[in-house]
Amino acid sequence: MKTISMFVVMCLATGVVRADWLQFRGPNAAAVSTEAKAPADELKIAWTADLPGRGLSAPIVVGERVFVTCSSGPGQETLHVFCFNAADGSKRWERAMRTTGRTMTHPKTSVAANTPCSDGERVFALFSSNDLFAFDLDGNLLWLRGLTFDYANASNSLGMSQSPVVMDGTLVVQSENDSESFVAGLDVATGRNKWKLDRPKAANWTSATVWKNTVALQSSAGILAVEPATGKTVWDYSDGASTIPSSVGAGETLYAVSHGITALAPEKGAVTQLWRNEKLNSGTASPLVLGDALYVVNGAGVLIKASVKNGDEAWKLRMKGPFSGSPVAAGKRIYIVNERGIFQVIDPDAPKGKVLQEIELKETVLTTPAISGGALYVRSDAKLWKLQ
Amino acid sequence: MKLSLVCLLALATVSAAADLSQPIEVLRAVQKEGQGNEAAAKAWQEIVKADAATLPEVLKGMNGANPLAENWLRAAVGVLADEALKAKKLPVEALVTFLKNTQNSPGARVVAFDLIHRANEKLAEELTPTLLEDPSADLRRHPVAKLIDAGNAAQEKKDNAAAIVAYGKGLGAARDEDQIKVLAKKLRDLNQKVDLPKHFGFLMSWKMIAPFSNADRTGFDTVYPPEKELKFDASYEGKTKEAKWADYTSTDEYGKIDFNKPFGMEKSVVGYAATDFFSTEDRPAEIRIGCKNGWKVWLNGELLFARDEYHRGAKLDQYKLPCQLKKGKNTILVKCCQNEQTEQWTVEWEFQLRVCDATGTAILAAK
Repeated sequence: MKTISMFVVMCLATGVVRADWLQFRGPNAAAVSTEAKAPADELKIAWTADLPGRGLSAPIVVGERVFVTCSSGPGQETLHVFCFNAADGSKRWERAMRTTGRTMTHPKTSVAANTPCSDGERVFALFSSNDLFAFDLDGNLLWLRGLTFDYANASNSLGMSQSPVVMDGTLVVQSENDSESFVAGLDVATGRNKWKLDRPKAANWTSATVWKNTVALQSSAGILAVEPATGKTVWDYSDGASTIPSSVGAGETLYAVSHGITALAPEKGAVTQLWRNEKLNSGTASPLVLGDALYVVNGAGVLIKASVKNGDEAWKLRMKGPFSGSPVAAGKRIYIVNERGIFQVIDPDAPKGKVLQEIELKETVLTTPAISGGALYVRSDAKLWKLQ
Repeated sequence: MKLSLVCLLALATVSAAADLSQPIEVLRAVQKEGQGNEAAAKAWQEIVKADAATLPEVLKGMNGANPLAENWLRAAVGVLADEALKAKKLPVEALVTFLKNTQNSPGARVVAFDLIHRANEKLAEELTPTLLEDPSADLRRHPVAKLIDAGNAAQEKKDNAAAIVAYGKGLGAARDEDQIKVLAKKLRDLNQKVDLPKHFGFLMSWKMIAPFSNADRTGFDTVYPPEKELKFDASYEGKTKEAKWADYTSTDEYGKIDFNKPFGMEKSVVGYAATDFFSTEDRPAEIRIGCKNGWKVWLNGELLFARDEYHRGAKLDQYKLPCQLKKGKNTILVKCCQNEQTEQWTVEWEFQLRVCDATGTAILAAK
């Protein structure tokens, strides 16, 4: 008993032994692993699995299962949801469905752009066509929705990529576009609407940030934090925000991708601006907070380290870009993959930051890695890799 | 002991022959906004526990089903088929029969063909040429690809006549733009004439009027005179000049109807285009439009769809609008709205529109 208590205390103090990576940018959409044990310093490809279609959705990990989506066919009308064994990359199951919404996207992106999410019991797979499927972990179909079938003008001809998040029994799904723009909270058990809100009529590719029991919805108008169960406004920041990189919360502060980075301390109904640094301009990648530093990848592929206290810049590190995916972190390392498939491991504690390792995946990679069980998972249009 | 075995076998037979009509109907009953999801989840579990011999019945459930129900059934077929393939019990013969019956839904027949392909690649290859004139555009892709290969092989042997036959046959059957583009180029390289507007069924000649105001994008919802009456000799107050009707015939082989040509590169404006389409019969059809501006389409005065998205891209068949043509004259009216953006990639003020059946086969006007 003593041993168990000690173990629990140690876990609480230093992070959990093993943690799932349940959504885009993992726990709380913060992009930082909560596991006690970080991946090994010298990473190698543990296994590779083939995928039959395109995708830039990130993998997610639930226990020993790795889930990934892709789209195939001449018009990307076939939607795939895969479940692989984390241990060896063998396929546990696959489901192939058909789009009910529009499949047109910019050539660079694809219909499998939104990262799926999970509440640990179910997997929710959303696609750019606004098709949404809920499976249990064994691949049993629990429910489905066709959000463009429901709301005929909810689409974006460039493609959509907003990843859903799940919290308190509610799946929050955004379909924000120039026309029929909305966010909805769905019952995780049935897929039925609990609530639905109109959103700004403007294309938006950002994903929600899960932070302090709220879901923070970012758009060109700013950031609206809502209660996941009801959709009721908790606070509203209305000074504009990016429509591509997503904000990140850490501790009591939300680091909004707004006029560079704007650090916010929202209270109920009010938002206090702590600091703003307009030079911390994110490119496509979303920022992350690791320890007492904020990291931003700008459009030129430069990683910028800044203080979380005041936004002051500490150093800049030119990496091999360009980047479409976002950085993630575990322990004392930051990981990011560039569009040419060069996976880079960064030591952010080195005086000017340092790239410790590069792994050439030899494929175009436009996505964000997942971390679980001391391993990283990355996907391309054709492959899923486990790095350990 | 023997009796028990007989009983078990009898039970198994009953299970295999379980009547799935009720759970299939439950899946077919799902509707928008998740209506019917709870019942469907239970029915789905019942179906996936059935014997593989039920696969054709489950596929048949897709006939006439809405796209949501189709997906419920498709997922169930996937589970049944995975198990059947593992156990080498896929009812291939029954699936071939299902495939050959073109009264079955195109979506279900595509699934049937894919399953046949997974079970017996050689058989799928043998079936491929029979799909050239199939009601499913997806199924046509296979034989069209074969004809492209055959044409290429003939060209390698310097047998241009055989290549022209193969490519020509392929083009006649092709319904997907990527294959049509390849075949049109191959034929033109061999000095053959290809009439793409006719192949696609683009409507090339229109009467057009502009420029009405779209200041602050309010023109999209403003009802201008052409929405109330089509008087081609009338003129109206326009945004920058008098709005008058003009005849316009496109020479673009992808049927682009470009408002910038007759009216100049205006911004924040609304234009209309009208044309008559003569149908030989009352029939279902699709009006397919590609447009990167805000647009509305009416058929015989009925609004088919409206879309207020600007400059996010356009492509062939971007929007498919099911409709009913009447015998004789059908009037199609398009509203095309240009916004205020000034970037180089926001110059386009145009659309392309064709009339076809659900397979994408052009319906040609009677006159």
